[in-house]
Amino acid sequence: MELAFNFAVQFAQMLLVLALAPLLTGFVRKVKARLLRRQGPPLLQPYRDLIRLMRKEVIVAESASWLFRVIPYLIFAATWVAAALVPTFRTGLLFSWTADLIAIIALLGSARFFLALAGLDVGTSFGGIGSSREVMIASLAEPAMLMIVFTLALIAGSTQLSTMAGFMVSPAVGLRVSLGLALIALIIVAIAENARIPVDNPATHLELTMVHEAMVLEYSGRHLALIDLTAELKLLLYISLIACLFAPWGIADKNAGALALATGVATYAGKLVVGGFLLALFETAIAKMRVFRVPEFLGAALMLGLLGTLLLFVSRSF
Amino acid sequence: MRGLGFDIAHLLAGSLVLVSFMQLYQDRLSALINTFALHAVVLALSVAWQAYIQDAPHLYVTAALALVFKAIIIPVALQRIIVRLGIHREIEKVVGVGITMLFGMGLVALSMVLMLRVTAEADPLAREDLAFALAVVLLGLLMMVTRRNAVSQVVGFMSLENGLVLAATGAKGMPLVVEISVAFSILIAFIVIGIFLFRIRERFDTIDVGALDRFRGERT
Repeated sequence: MELAFNFAVQFAQMLLVLALAPLLTGFVRKVKARLLRRQGPPLLQPYRDLIRLMRKEVIVAESASWLFRVIPYLIFAATWVAAALVPTFRTGLLFSWTADLIAIIALLGSARFFLALAGLDVGTSFGGIGSSREVMIASLAEPAMLMIVFTLALIAGSTQLSTMAGFMVSPAVGLRVSLGLALIALIIVAIAENARIPVDNPATHLELTMVHEAMVLEYSGRHLALIDLTAELKLLLYISLIACLFAPWGIADKNAGALALATGVATYAGKLVVGGFLLALFETAIAKMRVFRVPEFLGAALMLGLLGTLLLFVSRSF
Repeated sequence: MRGLGFDIAHLLAGSLVLVSFMQLYQDRLSALINTFALHAVVLALSVAWQAYIQDAPHLYVTAALALVFKAIIIPVALQRIIVRLGIHREIEKVVGVGITMLFGMGLVALSMVLMLRVTAEADPLAREDLAFALAVVLLGLLMMVTRRNAVSQVVGFMSLENGLVLAATGAKGMPLVVEISVAFSILIAFIVIGIFLFRIRERFDTIDVGALDRFRGERT
């Protein structure tokens, strides 16, 4: 009986992240448009885009190999699994023993690897540019992310997200400079990984600046719909991850009743709204960087992560 | 109380190291001077917190000195100097940001390893304070080494001195007279350096200290 309930909760979470992801993107777009005093597309527009793309015919380039057709499903599956592992409204999910931060990074990393392959597969120059830039960004973002994980894991004594979230709400955390550094570094990494504004502009198709869009230029129809949904899921994943690690208040624990679960869902929705709003505000306030400045921006994240780990060693616990 | 007091001291000293890194990262002169002012403000906060938890009222004087001299007078004067020299929009760099940052990380790691080993029996508060202070001093030195512009070398020197003050407040029993005289000697040094800046500028039409090397090389 308990197993069935746990399974139901895990399943609900998987459906919830999938259902909320386009809404979050729509919300960020709407807030951005309102901040620029435009009307903006309706909140449900991303769903409509996805449905429309699903109905359209798929056109595959003649030079494309079988990889090109398989990759959208692969990256969607990897990202969906990763998003399902991050505790959103309840910790101690059924799959929580696999919800290891390093496993999540590995899932996202393999998704990125396949996407970069897809960019190269057709052999157009834009895909190549996109892939090479994406890999350049990733080669800096991943070590930074790992340093952040090390910092957090040293503090919480575990790399498992449920345990970490539990530790972060307990008073044992205290006030730590390393946590602040890790938070800033994680935000920088999240911005870079999701191709948001200072690194890449998600709304542009200008040849010289695009990174993510250049890789997926050859896709159409349901393949493109899956890739878009993957990008939306990834944004949701990073906001959930930040919320779960640095603001885990209100999250229901393993043996919570229906009321606690309802509070968990409500606070999760609140966190997503706050996160999306802050993202839109940040993107409106800042200009896009030149591609060659991105390594400096990400280098700062790497440095913060490293500094956070080093500072831990003068902390009380060591 | 003990735990929280330690945590806040740790937080402030750690943010001092962080602001040192921000100084290394800045390549525009006026932004660099603003960061230096921030450095001094964080130092003043840190010293004031030490005064509060150590119950040592004379440290408040040190904090006030740091706030007035280093966070207000010196940055304002430096800004005026660079505006008068017409270099407030200049960007300068010898080594790239990334490499400098890596060097900086190495120095921080070095100072932690050294200090934590040397002061194994000391009071934990003084211990982490000394480790951070050594890191700030080394980062100030790194700043002086990697920059060619005389103004940013001055900023490096001043932030090095901030590290010394941090070390002095962590160790109990530094007499007030010493601190006041150090603060004033820094101010005098700053005035002398300011005059030198104008002299260098007058003679070489630049304040890139590379010009001095070239000049010496030609003469000998």
